This record gives sequence, C-alpha cells and structure tokens, in this order.
Amino acid sequence: MAHTLIAYVEDKPGVLNRVASLFRRRAFNIVSLTVGRTEQAGVSRMTIVVDTDELGARRAEANLYKLVNVLRVDDVTNKPAVVRELVLVKLGVTAEQRTAVLQLVNVFRARVVDISAEAMITEITGSQDKVESFIETMRAFHIISVARTGLIAMVRGGGKISANPPLVAAQLPENGAAEDTAGLSMSV
Amino acid sequence: MTKLTGAQMIWECLTLEGVEVVFGYPGGAILPTYDAMLGYKIHHVLVRHEQGATHMADGYARASGKVGVAIATSGPGATNMVTGIATAMMDSVPIVCITGQVGSKAIGSDAFQETDVTGVTLPITKHNYLVTRTEDIPRAIKEAFFIARSGRQGPVLVDITKDAQQGSAEFVWEVGPLRLPGYRPDLRTLPSELERALHLINNAERPLILAGHGIISAGARAQVLEFAERAQVPIAMTLLGLGGIPASHGLNLGMMGMHGEAYVNSAIQQADLLLAFGMRFDDRVTGNLKTYAVNARKIHIDIDSSELNKNVRVDVGLVGDLRDVLQELLPGVQSADHSAWLDHIDSMKGDLAVRDIQSLPDTGHLYAAHVINDIWRLTKGNAIVVTDVGQHQMWEAQYYKHDHERTLITSGGLGTMGFALPAAIGAKFACPDREVWVVAGDGGFQMTMAELATIKQEKIKLNIAIINNFYLGMVRQWQEFFYEKRSAAPPLLGPDFVKLAEAFGLRGLRIKQRAELQGLVEEARADSGTVVIDFQVEQEDSVFPMVPAGADLDKMIRRPARDVLIETGADADEWELGA
Repeated sequence: MAHTLIAYVEDKPGVLNRVASLFRRRAFNIVSLTVGRTEQAGVSRMTIVVDTDELGARRAEANLYKLVNVLRVDDVTNKPAVVRELVLVKLGVTAEQRTAVLQLVNVFRARVVDISAEAMITEITGSQDKVESFIETMRAFHIISVARTGLIAMVRGGGKISANPPLVAAQLPENGAAEDTAGLSMSV
Repeated sequence: MTKLTGAQMIWECLTLEGVEVVFGYPGGAILPTYDAMLGYKIHHVLVRHEQGATHMADGYARASGKVGVAIATSGPGATNMVTGIATAMMDSVPIVCITGQVGSKAIGSDAFQETDVTGVTLPITKHNYLVTRTEDIPRAIKEAFFIARSGRQGPVLVDITKDAQQGSAEFVWEVGPLRLPGYRPDLRTLPSELERALHLINNAERPLILAGHGIISAGARAQVLEFAERAQVPIAMTLLGLGGIPASHGLNLGMMGMHGEAYVNSAIQQADLLLAFGMRFDDRVTGNLKTYAVNARKIHIDIDSSELNKNVRVDVGLVGDLRDVLQELLPGVQSADHSAWLDHIDSMKGDLAVRDIQSLPDTGHLYAAHVINDIWRLTKGNAIVVTDVGQHQMWEAQYYKHDHERTLITSGGLGTMGFALPAAIGAKFACPDREVWVVAGDGGFQMTMAELATIKQEKIKLNIAIINNFYLGMVRQWQEFFYEKRSAAPPLLGPDFVKLAEAFGLRGLRIKQRAELQGLVEEARADSGTVVIDFQVEQEDSVFPMVPAGADLDKMIRRPARDVLIETGADADEWELGA
C-alpha cells in the first residue's frame, strides 16, 4: 500500500539526489515526491509517497535517518492529516462541449484557468481520490495533457514539530498493528 | 590568525585528526595538496593503483581501529577508488578518501579528468562532500572524520576542487560539537524494550549468540563474554566476527553460515532464542530466509536501526552501540545452566573430526587447509592474517584459530578479490611490530600484485602465502557443484610467482609438499624482508561444508567421508546432503 512520508531535510545541493538515490538503491517504488521550502530558512520539506508495506515503510524511515542531511521523518499514513495534490488538465473542447465542462468543473469545485478557441485548462486541488475522480470524469472529453504536483501532506491540529526528531519507530509490533508503537519506539 | 592555502589546510586538518600515514597517488587535480605535503610530518605511502590506496586505508583502519586515509586525483584516480570504498562501506570500516577535483568553474564542462565523484560514490559512502571554497575545507574534513568513526562506521569521501586547494583563507578549526543536526549516531532504545529482551533471555532453554563485526567495532568482547558465561550461552561467529571472541573459548562454537561448521548451523536451526550481536543476517549466514531458525525468538542488537527487520523479522530490536546496550542488559541477565543444550551441540560436533581434512592420511598432496593450519600452528595464532576472497579465505576462517581481535582482516560483505595484499600493507603500517601474513589465492593476488613494488619501496616486512591451485578455486567449485562441471573461464594461467617476487626485489619460495612446509615457512618468517611463498596446492579441492546459495541452513554439502581426490580421482557424485 502507499505510505506517505514527510522528510525535513537540509536545503543543500544534492540532497534531493541523496534521497532519490536511497529509494532507488533500496528498491523502493516512489509514487510521488515533492520538495519545497518551509517556514524555516535552510530547511526543505519533502513529501514522499512510496508503495510498500508497513515493514518497508519502517525501513525507508530508518534509512532516511541514515542520511546526514535528513533532519526528521514523519510517516503520516495513519495520522489525521490534510493531504493535497494540485492537478492541471488541458482539455480539447468544442464550443458545444464548453458548458458541460464548466458544469462539471463547478461540481468538483475545480477552476478554469485558461481558455482558448479549442482548448481549456482546468485546475483542481484536493485529496488524491478527488483529483483522480476529476481526471476520470474529464476523460469523457479529449484530454490533451495532465500535470500533477504529487501529494503534499500536513498533520492536523496545533503543536509545532520540534527540530529534534524524538522518536524513530524501531520495529513493528508483533501482530503488525500500526497503532501500538509507543513501547516499540526508541528515543534519541 | 594565519592564512593558509586550502592544500595546507588539508594537511593541517589531517595532523589535527592524529593521522600519521596516508596512502595515495598524485595527479593533476590533487597536485597542490601534494606540493604542500612536504611541510608536514605525515608519512605518505605511494601506491601503485588507487584501489590499493583505499584497501590500505581499510586494512590500516581494521587493524588499528583508527580512521584510514587515502588520497587520489580527480577522474580516473577517484574512480579507481570505487572498489575500495564499496568494500569499506559493506564492512563498516572508517576511512576518509580525499580526492582532487577540477577547478570549480570547470565543473560540469567535461573537463580533462573530470568525473562527478560525489555522484559516483553517493551509494557507497556513508556521506560525501564536494568542497569548492577554501574556507569550507576544515569543516568538511572534520565532519568527514567524525562521521567515518562514529555510529556505524564507514567511508566518507571529500572531493576538493583544485582552486579550493590553491586559494588562501584563515584557518578555522572549530572546537566543540559539530553542527550536524541531521546526524544521529547515538540513537538508543527505550528501556521498555530492554525489559522485553531480558524476559526472553532469562526464559530461553536453547539460546545462541550470533556474534558479528559489531563486537570488534564496539570493543564489546568483555561484555559479550560476561553475558555468555553468566547465562551459559554458546556463541556462533560470523566471518567478520572472528577474533572478536577467542576461538579457544569454551563457549565459542566457531563460524556459522555458508562455509561454517555444520553443527553450528544445525544449532542455529534448533535454537529457541537467537541473540544477534552486531551482525546483520547476511544471506551468506542465513541461507533460505523462509526456513531460517523458525523455532527461535530473535533479539537483534545493532547500532544501525535500518538493519532491524531488514532480512529477518525480530522479536526485540535494540538499537545502539553493542557495548553500551550489553552494559544496560547485563544487570538483568540471570545465571543459567544450559548444560543439556551445550551437551547436545557437543554431540553434533562428532562427525566434524571424521570429515576434517586434517584427519586424512598424508598422501604427499599439499592441501590448502594444511597450509593454513600449519601457518596457524607456527605463528602460534598471533599473526595478523589478511585474506583475499575465495576458497583460501574460507579455509583461513576454518583453520586459523583467531583468539585476538583485529587479527583477521578480510573483505566479507563485498567479497573483493585483490583486497589482501594492499590491505596487509595498511595493517602493517597500523601495527609495525606485529607479524602480518597475506593469504591470497593465485587469482586475487594477480589483481593487485603491483603493490609488491610499494612493499619494496616502503621496506616493509610481510609474509605472503599464495594458495596457488591454478584455478579460480571457488568459481571452479561452484561450476563443479552447480554447473555440471562445465569449466567456463578457469583454469588460470599465472606467472612464476617466485620469479615475480624476485623481479620486484623480494624473495620468493615455492612449496609443493607438506614436508617442506615448516622449514621454508620458518625461513620466510625469519627473513627481514617480505617473502612471497608460492604454495602449489591440490588443484581441485573444495571447501566443505557448504550451504548452496539460498538453500536451508542445515542442508549442507559435506566433505565425503572418503575423499575422492585422494583415493581415486573418480567422479564426485556422492556428495552427501544433510546435517
């Protein structure tokens, strides 16, 4: 299944390469990877969606921590989190189809951001389900191209994440349940 | 503050890190640094190939426990280091490699001797640096040494552009903790996990310690022995663990795995608790993971949390320096009596003596196992032995009994042929007063034998045993066992090793009979210079026992009780399977 990891990394040359190389050489399949700056100077935030099981996610996390430039890793897969992706869909649309498209765009709370005689670009932001469903619906028309940002994620609620990573899940509970990790984690 | 050139800073940093010797090879992009070397007291060993420099730094580090240093130029100089860096990475050996790089303005232009060395070495270093500014050199080198020797040790490469070496800046050597916010070499386990481990330990009936390289890296011999003796737990060793616990210790069973003792592998399969101390369940020690130690609960102690549950699912994973973790565990470890279990293991040892090649009658043939065993006997087990990779390496592990730490230096994880000769040079620099033996096959020796010139130039004394069977012996063995004896590639035509040694200005000896062995080996040991001994051994001998790759650990190919090589030379179809 897909696991969503958030990695805070030092904003230095080559760090993206180090992270991508790690996933490649440990044979993890990256579904999406996004990088951007954070509120803190010198710190970038990566959201990595990786197709692996619970054990694999723990290994990915432990391996990320071995990279000297990785500051903190959070697996938000099973945490209450806001997960979003932005998608641009360029459609080839005839004059007769325009109204139908606009109606669907409204239903999905998407937007039209560019329009020309024979095409329009629609933009949608949302959870993966929502954007997948939008793209699927738009297949009724002629899709010229789709551009997706990949997921970004943020845990709900207050509280600031400390710069110091306090807990690294060292292993799975014996029955593989994800929730009971309190006794099975290690501290710095 | 005085201004220094970047080149001077490199030597200043190495001096401050306590480096006494570096292994290197000059070239265009590193010449500024070589030019500055003359003002410093560090000894530079001129190697014959940059791979040799990395293996020497590796051998130096393994023998001394200190960080080894190798230097090379850009492009081909740096790429020649790749094998040595990967070797150190797989075996967690602390080395720092310094490479010259083309000028910072030329980077990316495919300049002469330009290679993206930080890119090339990214997956085979613990960390690496590209330094383009003079003022960044001290911090990069200081961090490199810190990262190499802390946590799970490993190689770090610092690639320094020519203009950074040539520029001048104030030399700032920061004292105090380094600013490495993402580097956590000292992760520890929650105390609740220790309790769970102790519960399993104190309730086990058939416990077994799997002792790895971590014992030596962490200096945890005393703690492991205290643990084993108090709880009466037998100890099985990995290849890189050998020497970590005295071979002569009553609880030390010997080596496990592909060419481990059959009774050790059987004990692993029968244990009800495995205590993995600083080892990583490599495929060469587990065999088929699906059938591996299915009866055992597993406690894994490792400094690297990513090793836990990597190959084998464990019941308790304890992260940390082995010595520290054991010290925390020891107060809770109860005295126990496992004499039934120990007696059972002892009873499985029985057929070892029957099958041991040492027990076979002397037919005038020279067997590699005899050579190794005799070298062990004559050196009283006190030599540092540096092996290459292949059959002789396994025979060394089986027949040279290592009582002392850091006396077996061998490429375990990567299995790098050509490792022995240069690594032994490094080991000799680390321990100039120790007797150092190279044990290499005729194949691996030919890969890096140019370093004989380095030995001559540096006037160092090694004893070099070439276990010469005129084959790539392990390849031949696999072809015999698994490829219906189809012999693609070998036999191997080698040079006259005696004449070769003489051409390098060294002494060469040849031994074909066991009767000649003692006298000539003693002669070689007594010689003040390096002696190369060409041991011409039985050509088609195989290493037994053997777990075929991916097979169940206790399904071993055993040496036939009647050795066909000796008796008839007939087809060896009668390999016996089973423990």
